[in-house]
Amino acid sequence: MMTIPDVVTQAPLASWQLWDSALDSGWAIDNFWAHLALFAVGIIGFVLMVVMGFIWYERRLISVMQLRIGPNRAGPFGLLQPVADAIKVMLKEDIVPTVADKWVHFLAPIVVFVPVLLMFAVIPIHEGVGLIPDLNIGILFIVAVGSIETVAVFMAGYGSNNKYALVGAMRSVAQMVSYEMPMAFAVIAVVMVAGTLSMQGIVQAQSIPFALLLPMAFIFYFTCALAELQRTPFDLLEAESEIIAGYHIEYSGMKFATFYLGEYGGAIAQCAIITTLFLGGWKGPILPPVLWFMIKLFTMFGVIVWIRAAWPRVRIDQLMGFAWKYMLPLSLINLLVVAIEVIILDGDAIRWWLVPVNFAITIGLMTAWAGMFKIGGGSESA
Amino acid sequence: MGADIAFWIFAVIAVIAALGVVAQRNLFRAALLLVLSFFAVAGIYGSLSADFMAVAQVLVYMGAISVLIIFGVMLTKDVQRGNSFNRAWPSALVVCAALMGLLVFVFIDTDWNTDMVQTGATIAEDKPTTSAIADAIFDKDAGFLLPLEIGAALILAAVIGAIALVKDK
Repeated sequence: MMTIPDVVTQAPLASWQLWDSALDSGWAIDNFWAHLALFAVGIIGFVLMVVMGFIWYERRLISVMQLRIGPNRAGPFGLLQPVADAIKVMLKEDIVPTVADKWVHFLAPIVVFVPVLLMFAVIPIHEGVGLIPDLNIGILFIVAVGSIETVAVFMAGYGSNNKYALVGAMRSVAQMVSYEMPMAFAVIAVVMVAGTLSMQGIVQAQSIPFALLLPMAFIFYFTCALAELQRTPFDLLEAESEIIAGYHIEYSGMKFATFYLGEYGGAIAQCAIITTLFLGGWKGPILPPVLWFMIKLFTMFGVIVWIRAAWPRVRIDQLMGFAWKYMLPLSLINLLVVAIEVIILDGDAIRWWLVPVNFAITIGLMTAWAGMFKIGGGSESA
Repeated sequence: MGADIAFWIFAVIAVIAALGVVAQRNLFRAALLLVLSFFAVAGIYGSLSADFMAVAQVLVYMGAISVLIIFGVMLTKDVQRGNSFNRAWPSALVVCAALMGLLVFVFIDTDWNTDMVQTGATIAEDKPTTSAIADAIFDKDAGFLLPLEIGAALILAAVIGAIALVKDK
């Protein structure tokens, strides 16, 4: 006779005890389905709200950087602009190309958006709160769920039966597969130092933010996150001037909105992961944990927008060369360095004096490696 | 109880999707059904309390192997003609049936070391499996460190070989 898995039975219990102790037993939930329903609705609501926030924030911030005003008509400071956009896009006609593969075309936006929502099941915004408050394989779950995105992009590209969509999908898959590897190595470095795969455990372990302790892992994870999100400077697959819009060119109306949601939802998810892994998650002085989490989330997204405003797009050979020749070997070396530190210090590598040491190693290695070869360098093949 | 229901749902999805892979004429849809089948297998692992295996299944098969297969489909010359169906199918059926028989025999014949569950002393399936798997592989005396390293070396050799084969002369 099988029993219900640990994660399923323990999750509601753990949160029940926490809610109980924190909020008095008034509206606490000990029923599995009630817990599931509450957090499922909560996560969808949170993602939708923050997506609208992110869209407004990006447009306002980038307009400040480009010395213009940006959306300022709908509501105070243009705050209602995303709402207006959402209503507009929902009212638009949904067009399916006659030669498209109907089912694949229909399913692709759903398969893009669902993994993004799944990631939030394990992202900790407060101690012990979440759909699965403390999954023992949390970060592995996130990496695994995130890898489904590739298939969805391929579905959109192939199902649309459009050459630009297919080119965009091919580019994106090549890019995502290449950048997944240094990303995973950066995560492994964090996991080795923290000694746990659980997201809560990683937050708890950070008496020093891992961005300071593991600067190279942080830089590489951030770069890979930009590539996974298809943000500037890695936005080749939707390069408007070359292939119109990439894999979602044949989508309109609500389906296009779902892609848009998936994109910004992915941005929230990646910012949340960076916050959790490298910036100490919900930890922080004075202010409540949830507020600290949101501050770090919006700061990270601000940096991403800043990069979009400042940098040009890379070429495809530069993109691939950078992943395989620069990031992959360096992230392997970084892994080796971190492993040696962990072994020498007998499993407890969270020390303040390691911060300058690791910074010196990072700067030294990155400069040395950058001097070894040129990516592209004006030539046609890297 | 809940896990039993989940197990059977995933089992049915896995079998139907696997049959669809063979029967579906459209090659790309066949590949997607294979992905669905992989996902259902991950669900089966989850319903059997093998948390690490479930996530590894999603990461490796849905994230990597499926992309490889879809890329393979894209690069096939006769992708327009669809899933090939020729006179070799009876022999393929025989081979597959024989393979399945062999697998079923192995599954039944193997001692799965269920003593713990039978005696009721410890129910191993309620604990996180990650560290147990790590102990089983990396244990200094009873582990499989050498086979693991040999496997890694083999894969590396295969990768280098593949690059050497396709490299421009």
